[in-house]
Amino acid sequence: MSNAKSLSAALFAGILFGFGLSVAQMIDPAKVVNFLDIFGSWDPSLAFVMGGGLLVNAIATPLILKRGRPILAEFFRVPAKSQVDRRIVIGGVLFGAGWGLAGYCPGPMITSLSFVDGSILTIFTAYVVGTLGAKFGLAKYEDYKHQKHQANEACVG
Amino acid sequence: MEIINFTPLSATLGGALIGLSAAFLLLVKGRVAGISGIFGGIVYPEKGDVSWRILFIAGLIIGGFIYQWLGAGAGVDHIEAVVGTPWLIAAGLLVGVGTTIGTGCTSGHGICGLARRSPRSLVATVTFMATAFVTVYIVRHLFTGGA
Repeated sequence: MSNAKSLSAALFAGILFGFGLSVAQMIDPAKVVNFLDIFGSWDPSLAFVMGGGLLVNAIATPLILKRGRPILAEFFRVPAKSQVDRRIVIGGVLFGAGWGLAGYCPGPMITSLSFVDGSILTIFTAYVVGTLGAKFGLAKYEDYKHQKHQANEACVG
Repeated sequence: MEIINFTPLSATLGGALIGLSAAFLLLVKGRVAGISGIFGGIVYPEKGDVSWRILFIAGLIIGGFIYQWLGAGAGVDHIEAVVGTPWLIAAGLLVGVGTTIGTGCTSGHGICGLARRSPRSLVATVTFMATAFVTVYIVRHLFTGGA
């Protein structure tokens, strides 16, 4: 059954990703913060993790996208939007501040749940709450913009 | 500046595995391996688009387990938070809100988006990296007197 195949593929990709993050030692927040500390004790390793990932992916991605469709799906669901907006900058600033504070971005944070540690559960819970809050907030904001737009049209009409 | 604990080989190898995972997910399922995006779709689900996300996220944790099981004390055998609980909560909230508003994190923008040469992902990556550098500078060198 293709659905079972497709789900196994997702599981396999996740395992490979989590294992790769662990091999790269990105699950150690001290290592991440030491990378971000150029003016102190600097550990350049994270640049090599991103470099390695980007090198493989930058070669593979254009070749894969040339295929027209994925092996087990109808079409590629790659973001069509390439335009830069305010959201991308505001979100980047907030995310960067949180990443710098504790040394955890989402991938290593979720992978580190495997250590079943109290500090990980704390930051993970806050991450879930932040994600949920922002999703609700964005949905409300979209509604508000939509209503305002309709109200403006009504006035003009 | 002093260089410490530099592990270029394991970093490059681990990075390459992450790149392979992202390429595999795109090739087979046509999806982008952005962790915050995949996870966000579980927290705020869209009908019919959830089960693969749960398996991918479960895979991340299983990958961590396999590493610990194979490693048996080598490499990273435990984790230690670099800040106390109030800062962990603040950091978690910021990461959740920031990646949701900014539509991605280190993987989605930094590895997948840059590989597609998306200008949006380039601006996102430069922004969060720069902010993270500044944050660490403030925390480590302005507040604690260079501790």
